Amino acid sequence: MRRIITATVLNQSGVLNRLTGLLTKRQFNIESITVGHSDDPGISKITIVVQVEDDRKLEQLLKQLHKQIDVLKVKDLTDMALVARELALIKVITTPDTRSEIKVIIEPFRAAIIDVSLENVTIEVTGDNEKVEALIELLRPYGIKEISRTGLTAMPRGTQKTVYNLNQFSII
Amino acid sequence: MKASWVADEEKSKVQMMSGADMLMEALEKEGVDVLFGYPGGAVLPIYDALYKKNIRHILTRHEQGAIHAAQGFARVTGKAGVVIATSGPGATNLVTGIADAMIDSLPLVIFTGQVATSVIGTDAFQEADIVGVTMPITKHNYQVRRVEDLPGIVQEAFHIAQTGRPGPVLVDIPKDISTALGAFSTPKEVTLPGYQPTVMPNLLQVKRLADAIATAKKPVILAGAGVLFAGAENEILTLAEQHRIPVANTLLGLGSFPSDHPLFLGMAGMHGTYAANIALHECDLLIGIGARFDDRLTGDLNHFAKKAAVAHIDIDPAEIGKNVETLIPIVGCAKHTVSALLRESTSSGDTTEWVYHLSELKSSYPLWYKKDGETLKPQRLLEIIHEETKGEAVITTDVGQHQMWTAQYYGFSKPNRWVTSGGLGTMGFGFPAAIGAKIGNPELPVVAVTGDGGFQMTLQELSVLQELKLPVIIVIVNNQSLGMVRQWQEIFYEERYSQSLIPVQPDFVKLAAAYGIDAAVVTTEEDAKVKLANALESNSPFLLDCRVTSDENVYPMIAPGKGIHQMIGVKP
Repeated sequence: MRRIITATVLNQSGVLNRLTGLLTKRQFNIESITVGHSDDPGISKITIVVQVEDDRKLEQLLKQLHKQIDVLKVKDLTDMALVARELALIKVITTPDTRSEIKVIIEPFRAAIIDVSLENVTIEVTGDNEKVEALIELLRPYGIKEISRTGLTAMPRGTQKTVYNLNQFSII
Repeated sequence: MKASWVADEEKSKVQMMSGADMLMEALEKEGVDVLFGYPGGAVLPIYDALYKKNIRHILTRHEQGAIHAAQGFARVTGKAGVVIATSGPGATNLVTGIADAMIDSLPLVIFTGQVATSVIGTDAFQEADIVGVTMPITKHNYQVRRVEDLPGIVQEAFHIAQTGRPGPVLVDIPKDISTALGAFSTPKEVTLPGYQPTVMPNLLQVKRLADAIATAKKPVILAGAGVLFAGAENEILTLAEQHRIPVANTLLGLGSFPSDHPLFLGMAGMHGTYAANIALHECDLLIGIGARFDDRLTGDLNHFAKKAAVAHIDIDPAEIGKNVETLIPIVGCAKHTVSALLRESTSSGDTTEWVYHLSELKSSYPLWYKKDGETLKPQRLLEIIHEETKGEAVITTDVGQHQMWTAQYYGFSKPNRWVTSGGLGTMGFGFPAAIGAKIGNPELPVVAVTGDGGFQMTLQELSVLQELKLPVIIVIVNNQSLGMVRQWQEIFYEERYSQSLIPVQPDFVKLAAAYGIDAAVVTTEEDAKVKLANALESNSPFLLDCRVTSDENVYPMIAPGKGIHQMIGVKP
């Protein structure tokens, strides 16, 4: 199953290496991983999208991440109300005929053209995985030259549904 | 470098000193009085600073020897073993020992030299990314980037190594950091927001366990090394006696419960006793304490404690539920948790029948070997070592047949006298570990039981024995083969002994003589008794080349992939 996990970590050199090494060593398959500063420059936030087999593997993953000295907090967001976004840059081959057509296609996605040349345009799109995938599929017939994606970053929504079924793990 | 005093505007006085001097200062602050190490280019400033200090340094003849010695030291003293090695090859030679300490939770603080910061990352002479290399096999590691950080890092390193679940911590020090000048300062206390080990247990969970004990008819305690790290032997003894609960040990937990106690079932696991393994198979309540349910203990998990409610007490939350599904998880230190449990649990279930059943098994299916009265049986050799040392000695081993025979036949009754490579199973561990154990506990006799294979992996440390005149007795259980490999080939590979027989051996007696160490060949039981007694008497280094029968196997045994109840070789 696919889980979205965030880790709040001290911004020390090698922390990302430590976490990815840990996941590799214990055979967790990372789908995407993103890192960036939090509002405190000494603290970074890592969002990991990972495939795990079952609840026991998931519990093990959370505990092992938590065990790292530089990790302050680990949270499994999957079952929470959350906002999750990824960004993709898509370079599409264009002709003068197709350029306006593409503009129409990307509009409902609230994507934007951020670079134009004679042969192609570069489109920026932000959203969840499905939205990005959907746009890419629509653009594919025109000829995609290059795609660059960031992977997912996420946080829980300000308001959570009153009842949600979180597994109780015995971390403490 | 001469330390100079300079005035600081804000504080009263700050001492400026080099990184190397800071390291020595910080080590003294931690109460370190012995280091194990090997010098080299990148640690020259550190060794120069050491020259001016009154800290004992044991120069081993290989870095692997240094780290295994530090492990032996840590195991018998409970304090962190401290190791220094140079950059590149010096650092990489430590890797086996670091991995060994990690899996067996031994506290170590390892200092490696590193090339100067200006050339890190350029594949400089003797450069290796040891921080990257050791990331998966250390509890934590550091590279010092600013000289001012060094004392604080050392303080943190000792704190991390010795608290919670102990483990190795590596500090990599670039050469220019050792020579750079800075102000020495350490915070009063270590503050690590991401590292707060849970020592005190959750009392609700403790209560649940107390309730389970009150109704259990077939409870069993599995005591592991965590009991020894916490010093909880007395608590476990009280718990077992108060509620009449039989006790099994893991390999590394040996010594945490008296081996001659009527409630003791022996070691459990692949080469454990029949009674201990059947107890784990049939129990209705399994109380694992400071044990990590290693696959060599559990056998096939589908058959492990299937009828039992499993309670697991461990200071490392990640160990709970890792291998065995746990009904009552308790995170906490063994000593505090069992103390709390003793306060909480007032009634016990009726275990009379269970205890009787297991003691029947214990006497009906004891450990056995065929005695022929002529040749020297390895099992008998271990019994003789027990008799001659009155079970008081610190015993170290490598991995393999001799290790299992020691675990089965030595009979450990006191804590912290059993030093073995459990999780990693490192050949070459036992002899250097014995050196460290003797330095850590000079009062007790120390016997290194090794195989003829393992001894040849680290025998250069004979030189240390000779230099320090350390009264360590080396007992080579010489069966002219890599015994456990040979045993597996015999049982599972139709006796195809591929590369496991070593018919041509060095003359170990002459070899010892070359190092100036007394030695003797032992061929009979009588021989073993007399020569061992002499060796113990002599209070000097001694090597005994014990020529045991070469076709002996370790029984009983759980074959790989089999359940804990499917033992072979239970009866002769």
